[in-house]
Amino acid sequence: MPEVISDYLPIAIFIAVAGVIGLALMVAPFIIAVQHPDTEKLSAYECGFDAFDDARMKFDVRFYLVAILFIIFDLEVAFLFPWAAAFGELGWFGFWSMMVFLGVLTIGFAYEWKKGALEWD
Amino acid sequence: MAEFWTSYLLPGLIIALQSVVLLVALLIIIAFLLLADRKVWAAVQMRRGPNVVGPWGLLQSFADLLKFVFKEPVIPAASNKGVFLLAPLISCILALSAWAVVPVSGGWVIADINVGILYIFAISSLGVYGVIMGGWASNSKYAFLGALRSAAQMVSYEVSIGFVIITVLLCVGSLNLTDIVMAQKGDYGLFSWFWLPLFPMFIVFFISALAETNRPPFDLPEAESELVAGFMVEYSSTPYLLFMLGEYVSITLMCALTTILFLGGWLPPVDIAPFNLVPGIIWFVLKVCFVFFMFAMVKAMVPRYRYDQLMRLGWKVFLPLSLLMVFIVAIVLQLTGWTA
Repeated sequence: MPEVISDYLPIAIFIAVAGVIGLALMVAPFIIAVQHPDTEKLSAYECGFDAFDDARMKFDVRFYLVAILFIIFDLEVAFLFPWAAAFGELGWFGFWSMMVFLGVLTIGFAYEWKKGALEWD
Repeated sequence: MAEFWTSYLLPGLIIALQSVVLLVALLIIIAFLLLADRKVWAAVQMRRGPNVVGPWGLLQSFADLLKFVFKEPVIPAASNKGVFLLAPLISCILALSAWAVVPVSGGWVIADINVGILYIFAISSLGVYGVIMGGWASNSKYAFLGALRSAAQMVSYEVSIGFVIITVLLCVGSLNLTDIVMAQKGDYGLFSWFWLPLFPMFIVFFISALAETNRPPFDLPEAESELVAGFMVEYSSTPYLLFMLGEYVSITLMCALTTILFLGGWLPPVDIAPFNLVPGIIWFVLKVCFVFFMFAMVKAMVPRYRYDQLMRLGWKVFLPLSLLMVFIVAIVLQLTGWTA
């Protein structure tokens, strides 16, 4: 079979087997366990009180900010992977190209830090 | 048709069989690691830990499994039922599927792909979806806040783990996990493994792995004194079990990754007669157990972090430190004229 299939077919099969194990565990109690649902049991847990309002409320913008920062840095890491793998053949030109890129991102990082995007007080 | 049979179906069946063997072995090992975790925790606190089910409590995890299966699965009335049930499945299956590329001994791997470490990195990034979906679909305030915290924490430490992996890749020149282990084979046995030359990164990776898998002292998403159980608060029965299983599978995966990246995978610590005759799988399992023991000891001994301290450690200490190390490692390798 072609190389791409012989490389990645095992992963697909492995995920399928893992899925069967997970699904079997998931379905089992719905079949064999005793079920007596009532209104109190099915209400959201709030330390014994009835839920005051819907849980999909406003949340702190900093969580959103962390997600954005994560995207930037995770993309940077993904960009570094091929560079690191080929590092031995790239020479000084390859080295300095990536250092300029990292430098630009570091300036951005320093700016975020100074602006207080990383503060959680 | 005959060609299809010999070149696709037969190899496919063999792979499926290998996958089942690996997964079952993994789950059984995790059952005992879970017990070991509790036993270590108990020993540190001068307790005896689980000791009733089976000799020395060895069958405790299997009894727990049965108990989970016979419990009533509760699906809250206000939840989004589809997403609510999908979330634990996703966390568990994603955590398990990363094991497809982990070499447990020389050539013993389900899929020996060239981008192995990238695959693991991608899959562990996806793990955050299970948490977010579970927390959001529960429609409960504790679960929602726990999911937010957990997601922010996981993505923060994902970044420094990425940079640590880059420093290792610079030294290896390949993304294949088998190549990464073979690159650590040297004349000095355990001193040629990457933990020594990349020592600060070894520590950063270990601590980030704790935070990434929501282990104590970074278990803020389920800080039981404030958020009860975080994003898992509405789950019961096997949906809860799947979350917990996924967590422990990713902990073992992180132990295996520490072993592969820094502790020489299945290589013997000293390359002389009695040691190099032991099969690689034994060394691999021993090293994974050693790293897991460290995880358990940290859980037992270190007090929990506060959330702002956690974020400060991730973004203001580990990120600049690992970024600097990428630069240092690259320039050292370049100056010493290293080639792949």
